[in-house]
Amino acid sequence: MPEELYEIEANIPANPIEEYLRMDRMPHIWCPGCGIGTTVNCFVRALQTSGLDLDKVAVVSGIGCTGRVAGYMNLDSFHTTHGRAIPFATGLKLANPELKVVVYSGDGDLTAIGGNHFIHAARRNMDITVILINNMIYGMTGGQVAPTTPVGATASTTPHGNFEETFNLPFLAESCGAVYVARWTAHHVRHLTKSIKEALAKKGFSFIEILAPCPTLYSRRNKLGDGLDQMEFYRDHSQIKNGADTKSVAIDFQGDIVVGKFVDKERPTYLEAMNNHYQKKYGDRYVPSEEMRKVFHA
Amino acid sequence: MHADPIGVLTGAHFIDGDHACSEGAIAAGCRFVAGYPITPSTEVVERIADRFPFVGGVFIQMEDEIASSIAIQGAVWGGKKAMTVTSGPGFSLMMEHIGFAAMTETPCVFVDVQRAGPSTGLPTMPAQGDMMQARWGSHGDYQIIAIAPNSPQECFDLTIHAFNLSERYRVPVMMMMDECVGHMIERVVIPEAEKIEVHNRKVYEGPKENYLAFEAGRDLVPTMVKAGDGYKIHVTGLTHDEKGYPNMSVATQAKLVQRLMDKIRLNADDIIKYEEENVEGADIVVVTFGITSRTAIPAIEQARAKGLKVGHLRLIVCWPFPEKRIRELAGRVKAIVMPELNMGQMVYEVERCAAGKCNVVSVPHAGGTVHQPKDILAAIEKSIRGK
Ligand SMILES: Cc1ncc(C[n+]2csc(CCOP(=O)(O)OP(=O)(O)O)c2C)c(N)n1
Ligand code: SF4
Ligand SMILES: [Mg+2]
Repeated sequence: MPEELYEIEANIPANPIEEYLRMDRMPHIWCPGCGIGTTVNCFVRALQTSGLDLDKVAVVSGIGCTGRVAGYMNLDSFHTTHGRAIPFATGLKLANPELKVVVYSGDGDLTAIGGNHFIHAARRNMDITVILINNMIYGMTGGQVAPTTPVGATASTTPHGNFEETFNLPFLAESCGAVYVARWTAHHVRHLTKSIKEALAKKGFSFIEILAPCPTLYSRRNKLGDGLDQMEFYRDHSQIKNGADTKSVAIDFQGDIVVGKFVDKERPTYLEAMNNHYQKKYGDRYVPSEEMRKVFHA
Repeated sequence: MHADPIGVLTGAHFIDGDHACSEGAIAAGCRFVAGYPITPSTEVVERIADRFPFVGGVFIQMEDEIASSIAIQGAVWGGKKAMTVTSGPGFSLMMEHIGFAAMTETPCVFVDVQRAGPSTGLPTMPAQGDMMQARWGSHGDYQIIAIAPNSPQECFDLTIHAFNLSERYRVPVMMMMDECVGHMIERVVIPEAEKIEVHNRKVYEGPKENYLAFEAGRDLVPTMVKAGDGYKIHVTGLTHDEKGYPNMSVATQAKLVQRLMDKIRLNADDIIKYEEENVEGADIVVVTFGITSRTAIPAIEQARAKGLKVGHLRLIVCWPFPEKRIRELAGRVKAIVMPELNMGQMVYEVERCAAGKCNVVSVPHAGGTVHQPKDILAAIEKSIRGK
């Protein structure tokens, strides 16, 4: 490497998001053009302006390329088992309601192997934020079909094309009871950042689906170009429709993508329901944990 | 440390083993339980669900046992003592998370009230068929502790012990009950809180910079912090270094797995617990655990009445296995007889330790009920006749 180039690089001022990341773990494992890193940038910027005490924010991931997010965040971070980030997060949140618990994981992780936990956490209105990276594929394991792979797309385990019906995730989340539901793409960095900030401020089960390119395994196999091509596709084919009926936002292979905030409503969260129920029923006989008392009985 | 009096129902009770287990957990300081109903373990979580709102605990019935077995680990990293409760089919679903707890050194308790398998088997009837699964059920190499109570009183006492061991060694501990012990009603005496010894995990309180969450001292057990303490820990089931960071090297793997094994192996003498009767000078030793220890007693008494020199060794902690003691005994007795409510599981350990030095006789049973003492007696008699 030429001497002067080295010098210049060494003098680049620190990126303001660095303190939020475990810089001692860089370089990360993600491929060039992968959309996951872009979403992490948005997540950090949302955290920066969220006003949250970062000592009280925990990130929980499952397994997959997206599952590696937990390991790069300079927060209390848990890289659990495949599909089980949500139940781990549930235990963590119930143990200490003072924590802001964010689940950050992949489409396969959260809706295939972890689908059961996803629907039940939404039903309970569990007090967690779920950020799901939908790259329409199992990235980590080499590009196998996912419940989010569009009909007609090719994956390594659907070499003749996928013919299985695809999940419409905002619709799924809303039907199960999520109080905040949004979808953005990795191209919509400003909207996404704002949306993450809103989700973090929301009580109960908040859910954001983010479409992000997996150039290595999804785009290439489907002859859709590289990461940049995919971002251009998002730019040209997304329609922002806040408040859209989630029934109408299903994704087709290379079809238009409806993005926006679809649901933002109130209903008692799991922790509120539990505390109110016991309080009403038993009054002073109810003994909440110390942490619970701080948050709900102050 | 002593138990927090808020959870302790001091006094004498007539309760079954399942309920005694719940009370033991509460006395031990357990304040988070996640479970999914399954006979014959359900009474444990039912009692917990009933009691927890008044003792500062949170119980949640999860959507399945996979969720339960990882929710408890989230709660542990949130600062709680936690357990999950199940029986065979649910225990099978929990295996991946036993490995996760071992790998991430998450102290927690798994209660398995054993019923006859395989598969759905005999849902309401006893067995001891999950003993090898408890030890080896998750993939890879790791160590756990497993305890087998033989009475409701022990379901209480040993559940406290299970929590204490899991906190001390940061390891998942299995309470290997069985349907008989779980549903048997007996007198259970719960002492005063200040007479109940409770151990808590070693907590790190030093400077935040450069805290190494998985660096162990001489006892091989790292100190712990919880989420929210400001240490910004990383916990992963991947092979990790002292900092907790993934490290995909053969050397890191060797070092980590070795320590996970050694922290139990090298402390085995402290962990192992068994009870012996008439073993000195015996020609035959009957080795039992759990409910089988009670069905063996009439057989042992009858054999002794017939003039046979029979002793009894009851395993209380089954894993780690008391290798040294069995080796010693095998060197001086003629036979070891092992009845168990399975087709022969712990007897493999006995055979391994005996290494041909004495006759080892298995008294298998497919489960559904307990052994007939006469079958154990017959095995005792045959065990030296055959020699
Ligand atoms: C129980 C279990 N089954 C399978 C795997 C293998 N596995 C690891 S990641 C993964 C899929 C990940 O896909 P996704 O959640 O979409 O994440 P991505 O890599 O696309 O970000 C699979 C199947 C595993 N680790 N554990
Ligand atoms: S395989 Fe796909 S999802 Fe995984 S890092 Fe590479 S581009 Fe990203
Ligand atoms: Mg994916």
